[in-house]
Amino acid sequence: MIKRQYSIEELEKIANEIRQDIIKMLVEAGSGHSAGPLGMADVFCALYFAVMNHDPKNPAWEERDRLILSNGHICPVRYATMARAGYFPLKELMTLRKFGSRLQGHPEREKLPGVETTSGPLGSGLSQAAGMAYVGKYIDKTRWRVYCAMSDAEQESGQIWEAAMFAGKNRLDNLTAIIDRNNIQIDGCTEDVMPLEPLKAKYEAFNWHVLEIDGHNLEQIIDACNQAKAIHQKPTIIIAQTIPGKGVSYMENDFKWHGVPPGISDIPGEPPKNQQVKIALKELRTLHGKIVSEHE
Amino acid sequence: MAKLFQNMSNSKAHLAEKIFEKDIEKIPTRNGYGEGLVEAGEKDKRILVLCADLSESTRSEYFQKKFPERFVEVGVAEQNMASLAAGMALAGKVPFISSYAAFSPGRNNEQIRTTVALNNANVKIAGAHAGISVGPDGATHQALEDIALMRVLPNMRVIVPCDAIEAKKATVAAAAIEGPVYLRFAREKTPLFTTLQTPFQFGRAEIFLQGKDATIIACGPVLYEALLAAHLLEKQGVSVEVLNSHTVKPLDKKTILQSVSKTKAVVTVEEHQIAGGLGGAVAELLSRECPVPVECIGVQDRFGESGSPDELMDAFGLTHPHIIKAVKKVLKRKV
Ligand SMILES: Cc1ncc(C[n+]2csc(CCOP(=O)(O)OP(=O)(O)O)c2C)c(N)n1
Ligand SMILES: [Mg+2]
Repeated sequence: MIKRQYSIEELEKIANEIRQDIIKMLVEAGSGHSAGPLGMADVFCALYFAVMNHDPKNPAWEERDRLILSNGHICPVRYATMARAGYFPLKELMTLRKFGSRLQGHPEREKLPGVETTSGPLGSGLSQAAGMAYVGKYIDKTRWRVYCAMSDAEQESGQIWEAAMFAGKNRLDNLTAIIDRNNIQIDGCTEDVMPLEPLKAKYEAFNWHVLEIDGHNLEQIIDACNQAKAIHQKPTIIIAQTIPGKGVSYMENDFKWHGVPPGISDIPGEPPKNQQVKIALKELRTLHGKIVSEHE
Repeated sequence: MAKLFQNMSNSKAHLAEKIFEKDIEKIPTRNGYGEGLVEAGEKDKRILVLCADLSESTRSEYFQKKFPERFVEVGVAEQNMASLAAGMALAGKVPFISSYAAFSPGRNNEQIRTTVALNNANVKIAGAHAGISVGPDGATHQALEDIALMRVLPNMRVIVPCDAIEAKKATVAAAAIEGPVYLRFAREKTPLFTTLQTPFQFGRAEIFLQGKDATIIACGPVLYEALLAAHLLEKQGVSVEVLNSHTVKPLDKKTILQSVSKTKAVVTVEEHQIAGGLGGAVAELLSRECPVPVECIGVQDRFGESGSPDELMDAFGLTHPHIIKAVKKVLKRKV
């Protein structure tokens, strides 16, 4: 179990390292998703280093908090954060998406301890998280909490709302869900493809406690997760406003970077492919400290 | 075209001249879907194309660019998409729904079962990124059970095109069929080994190679591996007949039984679970009508995984050396 307290500055530094890991992993893999993982680095860093009770040396520890990753395509951020937290050696990150690797292109429970569940097909994470939370609250009466990270586009699928209704009905106050509200999906901006707003009002109508935060402000992320622990009789959803591709200027807020790594293709309007990786890593290295929003 | 192969090849099949040359052109079958949609859409104004946030990779964007007013974006909502399409079909339209096979017909299987198949609604389902050749995305995205899911539904037809040229023909043919059709496409670039002259008729298997010792029945891009295997076997004095069974449902009983009653040994080849797939379908037919030894090349009750497409095709036993072994094995079993 991670007992150490990290300062916000330390967490910011770790989040930055996670972003660099993500770039390096994707480049080595030659395929995979860039925008989502970079955008969620701060949230994952906060969860693993400041919020959750867990033990990297004992991933099956009964008392651990559970983190369900519903939008499995952003698994590079989970893998990198897990490696940084000590679940497995950093160098294993370079096996991402390769034949025989534990780090599958979309995360698999049967392959990598600590992954909790298999995902990739969108929309089924919240149901599994609610199922776990139900067992925790009513059947086994445990102290562990369930966290569920979701994307915004998967809010378009009906199963999310079936789960939301169930969690609201059953007052699953041991469940905290976090939406990566980055406004992009594959075919464009969410509000053009299928408008999600007013998202806050929707969850409130389903009897959830809703918090809206800056998903790059580590203090706000940690505060929101702590607040959720104090909310009784309601599940909490944290709508984390994030910038897809955060930290790499040419990727930020651009849906074209949903599913491609840097350095693979020449994309109109983007730096030439042989420059992309260099620029990304340089910006991350030198921007450290500036990558956070309000803090400092 | 290699001399030996030319002798075996059915001249009526009009296979590509360059079939076994290194520089044979490669295009993914999903491109044929996009092109077929445009061609069918020009002829038939009732055609609508629906997509669930995958317009580029399913190639439904070819249609979207040409006929934006008949393109419908539904977001990440495959279950809704299937039943929206059923409603549109019941209102007189011919909707094509496009996603990855893992999600459609994977995710939305019950909606397809009741609102499409049981209603006999005129909906076409296009499943892209089928098979393990999807590669690094891994098991979640590699549909290996979609043929089985669709094959067991009454009223549903199933077509698995072998290259982009055939994929286009199949898409156009599906549009002309009254009732539900499932079309299966792949992600990877694969050889264009048929030509515009190669015959394609829904429900009819084509004899691509003539032979007398054994029959290979294949569908999809792995048919190319089957042809390669037959070509190499010919050099070893084994004469193999190769059927392109692009229509998996209904199977072309007549062509299959004619070939099998001559060769008396069968190998099926597909990039799908053997259980419930083409292998299962052929075994069901032959056990009733013409019991002969059958060997099945396909995925053997396991999930896919991450890796490069070539690596995976080999590791899962779907390439020509494995097919050659299966032919030799079935010949030994022949009485
Ligand atoms: C059920 C299902 N349908 C379709 C897909 C294909 N797909 C992968 S990610 C994605 C949407 C991307 O948007 P979002 O989830 O918001 O992720 P982001 O690009 O913001 O990382 C889609 C449609 C899928 N994984 N699962
Ligand atoms: Mg998004």
